[in-house]
Amino acid sequence: AMDTDLSSQDRKDLDKFIKFFALKTVQVIVQARLGEKICTRSSSSPTGSDWFNLAIKDIPEVTHEAKKALAGQLPAVGRSMCVEISLKTSEGDSMELEIWCLEMNEKCDKEIKVSYTVYNRLSLLLKSLLAITRVTPAYRLSRKQGHEYVILYRIYFGEVQLSGLGEGFQTVRVGTVGTPVGTITLSCAYRINLAFMSTRQFERTPPIMGIIIDHFVDRPYPSSSPMHPCNYRAGEDNGAVYPSVEDSQEVCTTSFSTSPPSQCVFTVTKAHFQTPPPVVTDTLKVPVMGLAFSHQLSSSRLSYQPAALGVGSADMGYPVLFAGGLNAAHPHQLIGPGKEGGVPPVPSQPAHGTQADQERMCTPLDGVHYSAATPSSSEDTETVSNSSEGKCGSPHDLLETIFVRKVGAFVNKPINQVTMANLDIPFAMFAPKNVELEDNDPMVNPPASPETESPLQGSLHSEGSSGSSTGNTHDDFVMIDFKPAFSKDDILPMDLGTFYREFQNPPQLSSLSIDIGAQSMAEDLDSLPEKLAVHEKNVKEFDAFVETLQ
Amino acid sequence: PLSSRCCGPSSSTPAMNCRAEVLEVSVEGRQVEEAMLAVLHTVLLHRSTGKFHYKKEGTYSIGTVGTQDVDCDFIDFAYVRVSSEELDRALRKAVGEFKDALRSSGSDGMGQISLEFYQKKKSRWPFSDECIPWELWTIKVNVVNLANEQERQICREKVGEKLCEKIINIVEVMNRHEYLPKMPTQSEVDNVFDTSLKDVQPYLYKISYQITDSLGTSVTTTMRRLIKDTLAL
Repeated sequence: AMDTDLSSQDRKDLDKFIKFFALKTVQVIVQARLGEKICTRSSSSPTGSDWFNLAIKDIPEVTHEAKKALAGQLPAVGRSMCVEISLKTSEGDSMELEIWCLEMNEKCDKEIKVSYTVYNRLSLLLKSLLAITRVTPAYRLSRKQGHEYVILYRIYFGEVQLSGLGEGFQTVRVGTVGTPVGTITLSCAYRINLAFMSTRQFERTPPIMGIIIDHFVDRPYPSSSPMHPCNYRAGEDNGAVYPSVEDSQEVCTTSFSTSPPSQCVFTVTKAHFQTPPPVVTDTLKVPVMGLAFSHQLSSSRLSYQPAALGVGSADMGYPVLFAGGLNAAHPHQLIGPGKEGGVPPVPSQPAHGTQADQERMCTPLDGVHYSAATPSSSEDTETVSNSSEGKCGSPHDLLETIFVRKVGAFVNKPINQVTMANLDIPFAMFAPKNVELEDNDPMVNPPASPETESPLQGSLHSEGSSGSSTGNTHDDFVMIDFKPAFSKDDILPMDLGTFYREFQNPPQLSSLSIDIGAQSMAEDLDSLPEKLAVHEKNVKEFDAFVETLQ
Repeated sequence: PLSSRCCGPSSSTPAMNCRAEVLEVSVEGRQVEEAMLAVLHTVLLHRSTGKFHYKKEGTYSIGTVGTQDVDCDFIDFAYVRVSSEELDRALRKAVGEFKDALRSSGSDGMGQISLEFYQKKKSRWPFSDECIPWELWTIKVNVVNLANEQERQICREKVGEKLCEKIINIVEVMNRHEYLPKMPTQSEVDNVFDTSLKDVQPYLYKISYQITDSLGTSVTTTMRRLIKDTLAL
């Protein structure tokens, strides 16, 4: 008769498998709620520390919490291990989203081979867990966390409590594995009443710096076991030192035999070798967000080499944003019709040479753009002068292109009327200071345009910005015969009339329609001559400053 | 690498003890690839092990399988796949061909792609080796055309939800712990597993597809088979 009782070796192995299965289950669940994509590498040679032949990293504090909750026990009938996932908003409201339950029932499978079948089925169950953790509603919420809310986890052991999930919660079964001592069941109960918490509400908004992180350092939770943010880096802040994994981790060296299955050689040894501390950073891809302080939020997440990861990403954050903004701005400025009219008059100066002119060109042009777009123009000027010093290749290229064209475009105008010709500003004739040009030129000063404070407002702005009604502009506009800026053989192969009608009402630049209205833009533009004069005076200071940056 | 082409006539009719699962999805044209990859990768995640290393006395050790998250571009959905570029390439190639065939068929955009796991049974000469399927997954695809952006946005979400259901279905099947080929000895391993990949070891599989013509008859339309070892040639 076959001995149906479990041998002591098998029993030991089984207990070990269940323990590490529980720990890996917790790791998979918490890592799936970190808010980032997880990536681990396959390795054809077994490393000896990859339980269940799966590359699942061990985050030390998560292991610590799990072991604390288990307190040396194993899931058994009536004693389940639960991982509770909840959401907490920056205002302090919290809501349970999911309870993952690892349970044991009494249904035993005495025939099953522990060190072979049970082990492989536990491995399969972990794969199922990987798959299922991505399909419950909390996954998508957790991918968008960090700004208005964070996702927390809590591990407890004992009776499953599902009452916090609201009414009508749903259950999904991840899987079961029969063992000689009972059947392991893994399932998830999740809230479906997320109506007021649709993911649309959590589109990216500027992060709330500091609040979310501080929140969890100071206030212990009243519940029996503390909640932990899935993306909270606890290590430095509260001084807790978690036993590193290699001290207590038991290594599983799996060796299977094929002939016959009952002769399984399975060794589980306790090894005290030095494994490198779990590096989660190579799996956590910190998203490069445009705003620098959001980087600090990300790098304070569960990352074990914050210096390497966070700083690097943060460094990318600033220049990418501003440089991108600058380079993107120029095409709008220089090519689009009408906006160039906003070039403030640069006081005529003897030509210093093309290079100097070009450099100076960047500044006023950029100044035009930025003072309208952002409130802090001084900061922008600095940034601008940084980039104008040869770091931005494209504005120069664009300027050069227009210089070439300009000669042809304004050839009809007597040179002496263009006071800034030597500085090669395109459409210099439209600058406000030169009154006679404006008066004569209907492109700048169309008749019957109400609410026009600055000449450039009335001509080519679209509806809403300057208040000029587009209908009036069109009707009263009288075309006179003169050599226009856009002649036929140039960039746009169409006649002036068509061109005018087509580009008469370009859409408002989005940067100009935020809080500051067209009125203030006109004011800014009008005040630019004074500002420029001041900058001109301080040009030596700026140059010196730029030197320090190089 | 596997040396022999797979065996005899196509196993379009599953053998008696081959379990068959059918999934159906309705997607927009540009979602076909991602939806198919999500399902195929999820199945293969469960049907791949680490590389076997045989040692003396008939024992073997198993390598480690890594996993990674994949975000879909055209569907509000994410899935986990095995970290193996070779496997991903093979699936992408098959799915790409399926998508092209769907598109160029001019039919109503209906077709199906099948993933079959089989075992090889060596026969004595002059008989060629037999391929015995033991699990067959069929994904029936219905391509829909949408009129405007709003519909497309709804489709993104709906298809995402549907795929979540499919993943749950797949996991349910996997959890039944039904027949799996016996773990092979070293000499038999190529009859059970695809050992040609360098980092993971899926069970032997083949992918085939059918495009349904507008009459709805699937018998007469083109049947192509993509065999794993011929892809390597």
